[in-house]
Amino acid sequence: MTTYTPAPARRRPLLGWGLHDGFVVARRNLIQTIRVPELLFFSIVQPVIFVLLFAFVFGGAIPIPGADPSTAPDADVYRQYLMPGIFGQTVAFASAASTVGLAEDMHRGIIDRFRSLPMASGAVLFGRTFADAARQILVLAVLSITGLLIGWRISDGVLNAIYAYALLLLFAYTVAWIGSWIGLYMPNPETANTAGLVWLFPLTFLSNAFVPITAMPDWLQPIAQWNPISSLVLATRDLFGNPTGIIGDAWPQQNPILYTLISCAVLVGIFAPLAVRRYRQATAR
Amino acid sequence: MSDIITARGLVKHYGDVVALDGLDLTVPEGTVYGLLGPNGAGKTTTVRILTTLLKPDSGSATVDGFDVVKKPNDVRRVIGLTGQYAAVDEYLTGRENLRMFGDLYHLPPAYVKERSAELLDRFDLTDAADRSLRTYSGGMRRRLDLAASLIAKPRVLFLDEPTTGLDPRSRLGLWGVIKDLVADGTTVLLTTQYLEEADQLAEEIVVIDHGRVIAKGTSDVLKDQVGGDRLEVIVSEAGQANLAAEALAPIANGDVTVNVDERRVTAPVTGGSLVLVEAVRALDAAGVPIDDVVLRRPTLDDVFLSLTGHAAEEEK
Repeated sequence: MTTYTPAPARRRPLLGWGLHDGFVVARRNLIQTIRVPELLFFSIVQPVIFVLLFAFVFGGAIPIPGADPSTAPDADVYRQYLMPGIFGQTVAFASAASTVGLAEDMHRGIIDRFRSLPMASGAVLFGRTFADAARQILVLAVLSITGLLIGWRISDGVLNAIYAYALLLLFAYTVAWIGSWIGLYMPNPETANTAGLVWLFPLTFLSNAFVPITAMPDWLQPIAQWNPISSLVLATRDLFGNPTGIIGDAWPQQNPILYTLISCAVLVGIFAPLAVRRYRQATAR
Repeated sequence: MSDIITARGLVKHYGDVVALDGLDLTVPEGTVYGLLGPNGAGKTTTVRILTTLLKPDSGSATVDGFDVVKKPNDVRRVIGLTGQYAAVDEYLTGRENLRMFGDLYHLPPAYVKERSAELLDRFDLTDAADRSLRTYSGGMRRRLDLAASLIAKPRVLFLDEPTTGLDPRSRLGLWGVIKDLVADGTTVLLTTQYLEEADQLAEEIVVIDHGRVIAKGTSDVLKDQVGGDRLEVIVSEAGQANLAAEALAPIANGDVTVNVDERRVTAPVTGGSLVLVEAVRALDAAGVPIDDVVLRRPTLDDVFLSLTGHAAEEEK
């Protein structure tokens, strides 16, 4: 028997191992995105189809209160109104990728290996949420071009538009934590595919994303007004200079940017610790 | 030589199911240690506790002197784990996988690069190193999985049923690699339900069943424990297996076992080749035609059967 010689150690990076480990995992998740172009393609095609369906099928049928039909036809106003709604819906649906991704990692046993490594325990989830949000940059770019082609415009300056995109990405990052937390409970990737999506339909449709809140029954309106997606969409409409419809009296409607930021902070504050705790107990099945 | 793994009184329940029922284990440094048992015996649970993935309900364990519950990160620095699945990333290339795990072990990048090339070469994966794992065969994935667990030169390597699902050729290849590892000074804890595998690889074997250690020692010691040789008869017709067992009972020095499906009757015997003649006479007198009769040393299968009263690979 030869004597055992250990591997050399590396100096601690400036920002600590936690962040280093998180970026190593994020890099892995982003490489996956490039290696499975089909997945990226369909995650872009889906919202594009939504844009086209809503713009051309429902477009003329949904009048936006507060807009003046004599200056522009209803359908044109609706397209301006619609795009921020589609953006909001798209970044919310991005969380499904986190759910499925983590369920797959557990199913394949790679989570077991990560957990047996001397790495920071939040790193796998940080890397996952970071990569899933970063991927949305590309999705939002393609969607924006689609929007521009059908008549959507950025009408309130470049700086505000940058704020709008930043808010959307922050929201994508936030829901990725919720999606991750769900993913860690999934028995297999197939279930994750469904479970990752079910909660998103009511969440996005009970909002101002596609129809004005004023068109909903009275009892639904408060729910929609306090839905963070509504404030996100309203804030982006504001920042892009798109029509907002009639703004409700509820506080989130009056302070959409602030409410969106608070929602994101609260949701990450709840779901990140829950997900990390679950991760520490998770093992492959 | 010191003990690199110790476990005392490990207990783990999953609801009503008792996975571990007071398991004790001591593994000396620099050996291949075999954990042998059927499905559900508690092998994987033991490995998961020792690799910090699972906390025991009671009992304690140390790896390289570190308590697995209190000092999980110190334990993680010195171990490598290869589980029952190939726990590698499907979409990365072989080299990218090794780089990722090397980075997560906090090794210097230059070292990771060098070590990856060395491991890819050793596992015969150099040609496939820059291809996505989606193009790999099952055996190649397993080899890469093993390479990934070796990237940080672990002091202790845990192999949980490393050859399950592999074809015989890949299995032989992997056995060769495991033998090489020990030559480098790594301690290997290997779980398997293949008795042949434990026999081939492990210097010392612990047999576990229902979450407890029921026997331990070298393969030879375990075989001696069973005593004597085995007389194995294949009868021509399955229906006559029990008749053959009756005929052989007076010659046997223990219980005669019958496997009707395989038309196999096995009897523990002593007395060398003379027994063979006696057996053939007894079977002839009973009117049982036979296809084959052999006298052999007991295998670990026989060890398991005599220790537990049931076969090692029976389905639960």
